[in-house]
Amino acid sequence: MTADSAPLALEVTDLTVAYAEKAVLWDVDLAVPAGTLMAVIGPNGAGKTTLIKAILGLLKPAAGQVLLSGKGYEQQRRRVAYVPQRGSVDWDFPTSVLDVVMMGRYGDLGWFRRPRRREQEMSRKALVEVGMEDFADRQISQLSGGQQQRVFLARALVQDADIYFMDEPFQGVDATTERAIIGLLQRLRADNKTVVAVYHDLQTVAEYFDWVTLLNVRRIASGPVSEVFTAENLRRTYGGRIGFVEGISHPTDMLEAETDQ
Amino acid sequence: MSWAGLLDDLVFDYTLRTVALGTAIIGVISGVLGCYALLRRQSLLGDAISHAALPGVVIAFMITRSRASIVLMLGALVSGVLATLLILAVVRNTRLKEDSALGIALSVFFGLGLMLLTVTQRMSDARQAGLDRFLFGQAATLVVADVITMAVIAGLAIGLVLLFWKEFKLVSFDPDFATSMGFPARGLDVGLTTLLVVAIVIGLQAVGVILMSALVVAPAAGARQWTNRLGTMTILAGLFGGFSGVAGALISNTRSGLSTGPVIALVVSLITLASMLVAPNRGLIWNWVRRLRQRQQFRSETVLVDLLALSQQHDSLSYGHSVDAIHAMNRGRRGEVRTLHGLRERRLVTGTGDGMWSLTEAGEAEAQRILQENDGAQAALTRSQIEVAP
Amino acid sequence: MSPQTEIVLIAAVVAAACALPGVFLVLWRMAMMSDAISHTVLLGIVAGYLLVSDLDSPFLLVGAAAMGILTVTLVEIVTRTRLVKEDAAIGIVFPGLFGLAVLLISVYAGDVHLDEHVVFQGDLVFAPFDRVVIVGLDLPRTLVTMLVILFLNLLLISLLYKELKLATFDPGLAAALGFSPILIHYLLMTMVSVTAVGAFDAVGSILVVALMVVPSATAYLVTDRLSRMIGLSVAVGVIGAVGGFWLARWLDTTVGGSMVATIGLLFGLAFLAAPERGIVAIARRRLRQRWEFAQTMLAIHLLHHEGTPEAAVENRVDHLWEDLRWKPDFAEQVVRHAEQRGIVRRTAGMLSLTGEGREMAEEALINS
Repeated sequence: MTADSAPLALEVTDLTVAYAEKAVLWDVDLAVPAGTLMAVIGPNGAGKTTLIKAILGLLKPAAGQVLLSGKGYEQQRRRVAYVPQRGSVDWDFPTSVLDVVMMGRYGDLGWFRRPRRREQEMSRKALVEVGMEDFADRQISQLSGGQQQRVFLARALVQDADIYFMDEPFQGVDATTERAIIGLLQRLRADNKTVVAVYHDLQTVAEYFDWVTLLNVRRIASGPVSEVFTAENLRRTYGGRIGFVEGISHPTDMLEAETDQ
Repeated sequence: MSWAGLLDDLVFDYTLRTVALGTAIIGVISGVLGCYALLRRQSLLGDAISHAALPGVVIAFMITRSRASIVLMLGALVSGVLATLLILAVVRNTRLKEDSALGIALSVFFGLGLMLLTVTQRMSDARQAGLDRFLFGQAATLVVADVITMAVIAGLAIGLVLLFWKEFKLVSFDPDFATSMGFPARGLDVGLTTLLVVAIVIGLQAVGVILMSALVVAPAAGARQWTNRLGTMTILAGLFGGFSGVAGALISNTRSGLSTGPVIALVVSLITLASMLVAPNRGLIWNWVRRLRQRQQFRSETVLVDLLALSQQHDSLSYGHSVDAIHAMNRGRRGEVRTLHGLRERRLVTGTGDGMWSLTEAGEAEAQRILQENDGAQAALTRSQIEVAP
Repeated sequence: MSPQTEIVLIAAVVAAACALPGVFLVLWRMAMMSDAISHTVLLGIVAGYLLVSDLDSPFLLVGAAAMGILTVTLVEIVTRTRLVKEDAAIGIVFPGLFGLAVLLISVYAGDVHLDEHVVFQGDLVFAPFDRVVIVGLDLPRTLVTMLVILFLNLLLISLLYKELKLATFDPGLAAALGFSPILIHYLLMTMVSVTAVGAFDAVGSILVVALMVVPSATAYLVTDRLSRMIGLSVAVGVIGAVGGFWLARWLDTTVGGSMVATIGLLFGLAFLAAPERGIVAIARRRLRQRWEFAQTMLAIHLLHHEGTPEAAVENRVDHLWEDLRWKPDFAEQVVRHAEQRGIVRRTAGMLSLTGEGREMAEEALINS
């Protein structure tokens, strides 16, 4: 853990978000130190995506505040990278893989300046890191789901950020992509970057992440996996639905795995 | 009149040249901005905006008594923007979906326009105002001053598209990502939509409110089929639009009483239809041929594997097998004879006379390769051996 | 009947006939299909005329209705190629067919009554001159045609009411129960086409869009029940027709345009003032909910920090600004309201929950 004096990578206080006066998030507090890989888990409709969107300023919260390394999001944009859900864009858009990755540089480029050789090189390098270098000139509609996800990851990589927000990066991807993402997460941690990822597979949370936030409209628990990823907290998060949680075919397995820790 | 004659007119006839230049500008600008409408799934917004422009044109005339293009265009712009706002307000605040909102804006504004148009036509001295050319468009009424106005506005609009190229592309592809990086997605969105309204408005006089939407959707839809790059798509859409504009002006000039709008709509629809059929990679014919080839290849592979299975049963590569035996393994699939002839040309099988066939050594190797590549085929082979075995 | 009365009657019948299929177009999110169909039926009429050279032949109606179905099918085919999205498919198909129709008229049929301006005007004013005698009654032809269409629409909807309702609200269940949604879809589209052809003659194509979409959209803002929505939609259409007639007389202008303007006005009224769903009602509800919501938020905030070490800091009134980002005077107002309702207690600038407040916070967390 970082020293007490260093500001937290992400600090969320009393965040409340509502759609048409119906709360989707109630009074959520988070404190995430730098260099942490944090999973955000919770049942469908728990507000996981909403949490990320509210942190990134894509939704206006009804109350509360968000600090990134001690400052507001407006001042820290350049230090943030975002991997939206794969399904949020039209993959039939007429553009190439390299072009999509270069979009990650647009923020640093600012208005009117076009990407040049430097941006191209950074993007190609990012594609190598996700194992997609052979696809640079492909049209994006020719990619499989996992390849699309890796393109989005490469786009986040070229943003060259300190904190990465990933919305369901593992959703419906193949084994190769899953390995690629995990490798990437570990590398980011080694570089003392912070990652906040919406995640679904409860069985591997402890394996891939150091921190976890359990969310169900309000924050159930948030902290190091070893402390808060307990059967009791999971039951409070998923309620009676624990048997239907995605990725868990035998809830007892999970609970046993939990008690082992 | 022949095509050569039409071209002669285009070169030597001053009026026609002016008109054709005007419709070309309209085609280019609506083709370019239509690309963004198409990609942002706002194709029908063009239809709504162009119909909704009618009351603006009439009211502008009623207020100013002027028929100057710029005045009427301003009126059209105002009512086009108002209609867009109405659509937004309805979608945001009610449970009505976009289709209903478009239908409401389109038909109510247009009805209002017709009502006012009839009122002005009954007023004295206004009969010759010729406002009803805005319904189907009369390119022949364009004069040099109109064309200059259009060229300046279109030039500005295209300049803005180039200036904001990167930003418009980003916001059309992934608005949330754009916002997360600090680009005002909402503002860019409004900017693009306003440019679309401008493109439509400058075309109304020549193309008419009813068919202007054809020039927004069709060139972009056609261009999309030929390329996978936004830049190329935009240029192609501009070219398709411009060509349709010129063709529309020329053809409608050959006959009195022929409105320009319908001719342009027809030309541009044909271009789009052709693009969807023959464009490489995406076109329907291309896809059809590709599927045909795949099916042919699948058939060849099946026959090779079947022959291999038969030869293994007989422990002899050169033992001939009848077409019926192969057919029996294929369960109902036809065309073996043609496939076998094709394979013989590739020297993978030989005919052993009496209509019997067997694998060559190359064929055996090929069949083994196919089996190795495809574990599923191995399973099928085992299955068919069991079935064929007496 | 005087010709004026006949015009009002025709207008009302046309509006009612259009409103019926319109309800389902709006509910099925296919409102713009009426735009496409009402344009392309012209091609059917022209093609029919070129074949039989008789403007009064029933063939024209059949041809036009068939063209409506063809339009729907073409849009579906183009969408299914996945080369363009559905909205673009509509935008590609109908201008081409409509452009062709207008060209055919100006090239081959320019000298007959079929005139492209009919497309958006219709001649309601002339409708009383074209008459037929049926069972001894001398009636305008358009009135008879539209009455028949209205009757057919009513018959179809009442016979298939259950199926239409199911296909509207639960297409999956409808299919599972054996009512083919595709069949119902094409039945509805036939209804739209036939109605569009009949109404087209009277009011022109774009006004057909208005008569189909706007009354139904208005009704949808007012009621939740399908049967009421159908009734209201017809009522709005008829009121618009009658009101439009008088507006047209007053302004000396076209009846069709005035009908649409009147119906548009009714929609505007519903949009602003409909109970529960109008803009005004929504704004008032939001305002009320905002206070309600702020108080719940306060209660939950206090609950979260109850008994924690930082409670001494967090639960001060002047600290709310920092944590919740509330403006000081807003925070003060919320706290005062909450005190009055007995949710919180204030002692020396420190806030604490009452038993009632705790209950409220817990309930809000469970219910959301």
